[in-house]
Amino acid sequence: MSDEKKFEPKIIGFLCNWCSYAAADLAGVSRIQYPPNIIIIRVMCSGRIDPSFILEAFKDGADGVLVAGCHLPSDCHYISGNFKALRRVTLLKKVLRDFGIEPERLRLEWLSASEGDRFAAIVRDMVEEIKKLGPNPLKAKEVEA
Amino acid sequence: MDEKVGAVLVVGGGVAGIQASLDLADSGFKVYLLDESTSIGGTMAQLDKTFPTNDCSMCILAPKLVTAGRHPNIQLITHSELEKVKGKAGNFQITILKHPRLVNVEKCTGCGLCAQNCPTEVPNEFDQNMSMRKAIYVPFPQAVPLKYAIDIENCIKCRLCERICPAKAVDFDQQPETVKINVGSIILAPGFEGFDCHLKTEYGYGRFLNVVSSIEFERMMNASGPFGGKIVRPFDGKIPRKIAFIQCVGSRDAQLGNNYCSAACCMYAIKEAVIVKEHSSNPLDCTIFYMDMRCYGKEFDAYYERAQGEWGIEFVRSRVASVTEDPSTGNLFLHYVEIEEPKEEEFDMVVLSVGMQPPKNVEKLAENLGIKLNKYRFCQTDTFSPLETSKPGIFVCGAFGGPKDIPESVAQASGAASKAMCIIATERGKLIAEKEFPPERDVSQEEPRIGVFVCRCGINIGSVVNVPKVVDYAKTLPNVVYAEENLYTCSQDAQKLVAEKIRQHNLNRVVVASCTPRTHEPLFRETVQEAGLNPYLFEMANIRDQCSWVHMHEHEKATEKAKDLVASMVAKARLLKPLKKPTIEVTPVGLVIGGGIAGMTAALELAKQGFEVHLVEKKKELGGHLLTMHYLFEKDDNPQEKLQAITKAVMENDKIHVYTGAEVVDVYGFVGNFKTRIKRQSGKEKEIDHGIVIVATGAVEYEPTEYLYGKDPRIMTQHELEEQIAKGEFKAKTVVVIQCVGARNEERPNCSRICCGQAMKNALKIKQVSPKTEVYVLYKDIRTYGFKEDYYREAATKGVLFVNYDDERKPRVVDEDGKLKVTFWEPVIKEEVEIGPDVVVLSAATLPNPDNKRIAEMLKVPLTKDGFFLEAHMKLRPVDFATDGVFLCGMAHWPKFIDESISQACAAAARAATILSKKTLDAEGTVAHIDEDLCIGCGVCISICPYKAIAKDENGLAKVNEVLCKGCGTCAASCPERAIMMHQFTDEQLIAQGIAVLRRATHG
Ligand code: FES
Repeated sequence: MSDEKKFEPKIIGFLCNWCSYAAADLAGVSRIQYPPNIIIIRVMCSGRIDPSFILEAFKDGADGVLVAGCHLPSDCHYISGNFKALRRVTLLKKVLRDFGIEPERLRLEWLSASEGDRFAAIVRDMVEEIKKLGPNPLKAKEVEA
Repeated sequence: MDEKVGAVLVVGGGVAGIQASLDLADSGFKVYLLDESTSIGGTMAQLDKTFPTNDCSMCILAPKLVTAGRHPNIQLITHSELEKVKGKAGNFQITILKHPRLVNVEKCTGCGLCAQNCPTEVPNEFDQNMSMRKAIYVPFPQAVPLKYAIDIENCIKCRLCERICPAKAVDFDQQPETVKINVGSIILAPGFEGFDCHLKTEYGYGRFLNVVSSIEFERMMNASGPFGGKIVRPFDGKIPRKIAFIQCVGSRDAQLGNNYCSAACCMYAIKEAVIVKEHSSNPLDCTIFYMDMRCYGKEFDAYYERAQGEWGIEFVRSRVASVTEDPSTGNLFLHYVEIEEPKEEEFDMVVLSVGMQPPKNVEKLAENLGIKLNKYRFCQTDTFSPLETSKPGIFVCGAFGGPKDIPESVAQASGAASKAMCIIATERGKLIAEKEFPPERDVSQEEPRIGVFVCRCGINIGSVVNVPKVVDYAKTLPNVVYAEENLYTCSQDAQKLVAEKIRQHNLNRVVVASCTPRTHEPLFRETVQEAGLNPYLFEMANIRDQCSWVHMHEHEKATEKAKDLVASMVAKARLLKPLKKPTIEVTPVGLVIGGGIAGMTAALELAKQGFEVHLVEKKKELGGHLLTMHYLFEKDDNPQEKLQAITKAVMENDKIHVYTGAEVVDVYGFVGNFKTRIKRQSGKEKEIDHGIVIVATGAVEYEPTEYLYGKDPRIMTQHELEEQIAKGEFKAKTVVVIQCVGARNEERPNCSRICCGQAMKNALKIKQVSPKTEVYVLYKDIRTYGFKEDYYREAATKGVLFVNYDDERKPRVVDEDGKLKVTFWEPVIKEEVEIGPDVVVLSAATLPNPDNKRIAEMLKVPLTKDGFFLEAHMKLRPVDFATDGVFLCGMAHWPKFIDESISQACAAAARAATILSKKTLDAEGTVAHIDEDLCIGCGVCISICPYKAIAKDENGLAKVNEVLCKGCGTCAASCPERAIMMHQFTDEQLIAQGIAVLRRATHG
């Protein structure tokens, strides 16, 4: 299918303001190029990210979701929000398949404010991975129905 | 007449003058900011990018310009000069001459119609005369004040502008005016003058078109510069393939009488080379010709490394003798000697890295003020009083005190502000007005009416994203009633326009699509506030840092993404609610951690400003690093005497509480209200309340493992050598000094900054006490920046031998039957040389204090990869942390000399004063809120809150303490009943942000 080739995944990124969003800004400041498939939603801390936001994004057709926070153990600006994100995302990954979503579509990363290059690399990598996986299966179902 | 005056005159509106003004104005003093130009901004406004972060210079400066321009306590006096100064510290009477601008600044709206119609074109000095401007002009689009001025010398008096000006602001009858003001202290920040390259005739500047100065090159690189950011050869407009950068033009040049090093050129040359290379779509070779690469600042060596490795910039160690031109091609030949061999190489273009010189008319200024200049005509200062001129009450900061880069100028500026405040501390708050906003409009009953402003950011966004398309698209989004584009939404005129549009279209939500909210949100929030909106009815879509800059070659996709980002933010904006800011009471007490020279200075400054301070030192004795210092460069300054005087001042000051042999064990709270536990070695504990923290924990000397150190008493560090000399125990016929021990290697790639200076100091001392002793210094680069270059020259003149080594051929030290042998490669004679010294001195690296990690975790502040503390912004916030109320100074930040530590310590005190001088602070309105109707009192949020900001109320339901809440939102994500609303980041808003993008993707 020619459509398949053109498949451009849509990724939603939930990034905490202090380190990971700053890393994304730094990628910009350093002009590190990466594919434009990600839309970032800024939250103050990765601990703010409710699993339901992630599920909602998948339900609405996101092909991938990136959750990023400050490095473990102690970089979180709010002491331990990153640990909470870790717990929530790990649990969510376990049940994602039940919703018909491959767990690989959800990624959790720790980024420091100085890792602009790593942020770009992560996006590049995610886009590649998800291109292999194909579009969000929920979306496909919707089309079938 | 002797009464003190709570106002300060700041001379010079560059980044240093602006910073000093802001700190003073934010601490309750009236400021007059004087500049000769028609706008503030100084040299930084002309720069393209800044090292080592490659931030766009204007993008980080513009918010400061705007803040200074609209600050109620700062009065800008532009296009004016200082005429007369009378009086003394505490009460100076100043006469200022205001040159006629021929435009009434009260009336001018900055619309620019006059310039559009003016028939006279004049070379534009802001672009180094490489472009034209009109005779009626503003120097640059982000100028503050954004008021036009007529250049009388070039105006042909056709008076077209007068007729055309809609505001009737043009006034050809304006006359020079004298203004008299009274101030308590004066800060000098007149900056510097770039060296005039014509004087270096051998490089052909002015004769060969393709030889340009570095400042011209900055303008060429700049997107809003004369060629739209495209580098072309002036000779034929062709794109250069091979560019040479020649260092030290006008610096380190005894013939010219400028022996000093200009301190910033090595780094800016690397930056320029990296950036042109990055921007050029064709292959481009850049070569930097240098004597020593002086990358001594924070993370500078890492930048240098990247330039060599990642960007392939060539570096040639050689002073270029001359440049000649092939007149038919405009190509240039560089003649130089590399490792004793004469060479010649052809280039397309040559950039001269010009040095800094004292500002124009400096003699007149000095005479007017009665201050002393040094032999290079920079302001005279001392090691222990780096911010003081020779006249009490007059202070200096920035390049006028000696060549320096931006962060150091900014730190000095804050430091000078502290000094200026100390004199008039009793007058704080007497001459100022509080910033007042119009009453807030109640929008609770209104449907959302959203205005979208899309910024082109010059070409930063506009050259990648199709801005008009984004504007058109924004207009189609629900509740958007107005959308437009701006060249720079953050410029002062655009800010005014945004406020106007809010009123005109009765907007009640605003979205700006531009750069990152991390830097610009505060500015825009203030703008909407000025238009009568609650500041939280504002959002930013980041279409630059996270779109145009990272998708530079995919214009269409970037445009689509920008639309997504705008859609996402508009979706959020529809759901925004006005929020109240809780106020925080401020405990006007400081805590300083670390009792070295930096910590003691910071404590003294705060005390002189009238605040109580607790000073905690881990060791039994105050003094830190300075305790081990026995002499200085400046021959007659005795550091131990100075130290004693300072320690005495600290001990005797009844506002300072000293705790020696004590440690901070935990810190609770937040800006304005910290609670800290201090534990003494005796085990006794004490809890103190304070409003700010200054971290001054210093650094430690590396204990070498190389070159037989520790195995042989004849091998010692610089400190140990100093100790020996001071005790009169030093005896040696031959000494070998090895630089960069434990620094600039794989494990620790950065330079320790002070070791070259230490080596000069000790080498000179050896020559003084024992002139016959032979001294060899084996080095990688000699980094005696600024005026310290004089000591390098002096050492060389006194016969100290300097031999360069590199990583491939490191010196070797062996013990051969009790005799020391040092073998090294001598690059000039190209042979291995062996000598048998009596003493080997190692210039050991300066390492971060091992306690930093613990302290950083306690205070929630970051460290660099090396383990030094990491400030909020390397360029413009050198002593702040991102966490409010926590500041940094001295070697905890990076290795530095005494004068630099003192400047930073004063700076930290000034920054702290901006908080301590206020009775209350406005806290953030972005806090969690619990819906009582939904809360079941399960207590999950209480256990999860990292700040203990949630507690049960009398009904057993959870309640948030708004002042303690930091707004992380973890509670909201864990509430099983969804009873917690995280203001400004509500579930609804965040989900809507995603939906807006995803629905758009699925349906078209
Ligand atoms: S602030 Fe980044 S994870 Fe908490």
